Amino acid sequence: MNELVITGRRFRLLSDRFKKFWFKFSRSSLSIIGLIISTTCVILAVLAPYIVPYPEHIEWYIDYDNALRPPNLEHILGTDQYGRDVFSRIIFGMRYSFTLVVVVLSIVIPTGIVLGVLAGYFKDTWFDYLIMRISDTFVAVPPLVMALAIAAVLKPSMINSMIAVSLTWWPWYARLTYSAVSSLKNEYYIIYSEVIGVSKLRVMFVEILPNCIGPILTKATLDVGWVILVGAALSFVGLGAQPPIPDLGTMVAEGAHLLPTTWWVSIFPALTITIIILGFNLLGDGLKDVFTEEKY
Amino acid sequence: MNELLVVKNLKKYFKTKFGLVKAVDGITFHINEGETFALVGESGSGKSTTGHMIVGMYAPTSGEIYYKMNNISVHASKRPKNITREIQVVFQDPASSLNPSRYIKDIIGTPLKVYNLIRNSTEVEQKVADLLENVELPPELYMYRKPRELGGGELQAIAIARALSTNPKLIILDEPTSALDVITQAKIINLLLNLQKKHNLTYLFITHDLAVVRNIASRVAVMYLGKIVETAPTIELFNHCRHPYSMMLFSSIPVISEDEKNLKPKKITSIGEIPSSLSIPPGCRFHTRCPYAEARCKVEEPSLKHINSGHIVACHLAE
Repeated sequence: MNELVITGRRFRLLSDRFKKFWFKFSRSSLSIIGLIISTTCVILAVLAPYIVPYPEHIEWYIDYDNALRPPNLEHILGTDQYGRDVFSRIIFGMRYSFTLVVVVLSIVIPTGIVLGVLAGYFKDTWFDYLIMRISDTFVAVPPLVMALAIAAVLKPSMINSMIAVSLTWWPWYARLTYSAVSSLKNEYYIIYSEVIGVSKLRVMFVEILPNCIGPILTKATLDVGWVILVGAALSFVGLGAQPPIPDLGTMVAEGAHLLPTTWWVSIFPALTITIIILGFNLLGDGLKDVFTEEKY
Repeated sequence: MNELLVVKNLKKYFKTKFGLVKAVDGITFHINEGETFALVGESGSGKSTTGHMIVGMYAPTSGEIYYKMNNISVHASKRPKNITREIQVVFQDPASSLNPSRYIKDIIGTPLKVYNLIRNSTEVEQKVADLLENVELPPELYMYRKPRELGGGELQAIAIARALSTNPKLIILDEPTSALDVITQAKIINLLLNLQKKHNLTYLFITHDLAVVRNIASRVAVMYLGKIVETAPTIELFNHCRHPYSMMLFSSIPVISEDEKNLKPKKITSIGEIPSSLSIPPGCRFHTRCPYAEARCKVEEPSLKHINSGHIVACHLAE
């Protein structure tokens, strides 16, 4: 067999698959808008220290001479009651929000997937009942209420709000994976691999799991927005990141009592949260359409 | 000839919330080395369940399966590895028997790895290429495709390549052509016949397609509601079938020409449908649909009668 030919074909097929994926994804202009918004937000957040005009304003910084300036050329989104540039703080706030998202999702998705795959594969055993009843308990309470309750018990801080959100979030991934796995485990290709003696772990994570990745990826994209929202809600009520950390929720809370006269202090952070959620929801919806069509 | 596989009084009952389903209810047959043994019957007659038990997808409720004199009446995970390697299976729907998210190379490569038939991972590509060539698919086109990008016939050929990857002796073909269109069916059947000659394979061919059976099987067993009602060499069965159910099956083959019509046994119209295996009729299981049914058929279960060499019938009326 000519190895070069096979390798060449392999890359061509990969690029074909990507082209097909892109074709389906790009049919909806909303998906493209979602992709643009979400990548812009991520890039801004990553490059925050290099692009914001007043990096020093994210810490304790007081300049009462420039306090509460409305949006102008120097401070395009105005300044807050301590004279700090709102735009700089928003960009850094996104940075903190995305940190929260990355930490939470990288705890929650692997945990949920592992528990969901195990419970789905060992359906109708004590392990399934144990995991699923625990996750039922968590799912029965709205995530925001649950996160508030957990965060209230812990000391208010960035780390603790991550813990609170993670604890409320894993059951959703466990359930999603569980339902996909328990329906796939009776497919003939799974039965075949069991018959020829493929180890249980390989069956679960090599044969079954890749077929569930579509819905999980979609949910993860949609959850970027929701985790930011819950994180911001925690900070808003003072259970999340503490000042002077420029968390979007904290910024909305700090500016809330200045409404409606100096509206820019809290409206712009709130608007940022909205835009991020909108962007990731559109992106997630676009992905969902592609994945359901591909029958993952 | 050597008996490769012997099945003795095999039973499989499934407990469901509606009651006990007697899918297979005491069947006995043997398969000789190198032959094609066909198991025919309507849907729900238990033929697939029989095949699945031989492969080891589930253990029988009672009865024994012997492979080369070794008792293998247990789940595949409890069988010796060299025996599971020698008994392979091709399922009806290739789309559900091949993992849609994996490359063909990995799908065919999995049994190779499980049975240690390759020394290192670079050898996989070579071996898979050989196997694909063996089933008449150009390897460079198929190696890195995924099942959902391919058609039914190609997929079934890949399923056959996967079955052949372990150098099996016995292949259970569980309705391998039912999900395919007619032209592809012919291709797959030809492929199977060529491979049988080339690798000296034994087939258990499970199907309801009698036209295919006539062309490829050496012996046939007719199943009805979990029991074998008639076993005979193919030519004998097609010319002199004795059980009314077999007659009914054969007379329902659609024919075009007068010649073909003359070949068929006496016309028996098909009445009703196969009863549920939840409530199997007493006596002869077929009496509810049998045009010749007598009083004793309703109470007494017919025993197996040897008509002549290799021709066995379970009917009170066959003498």
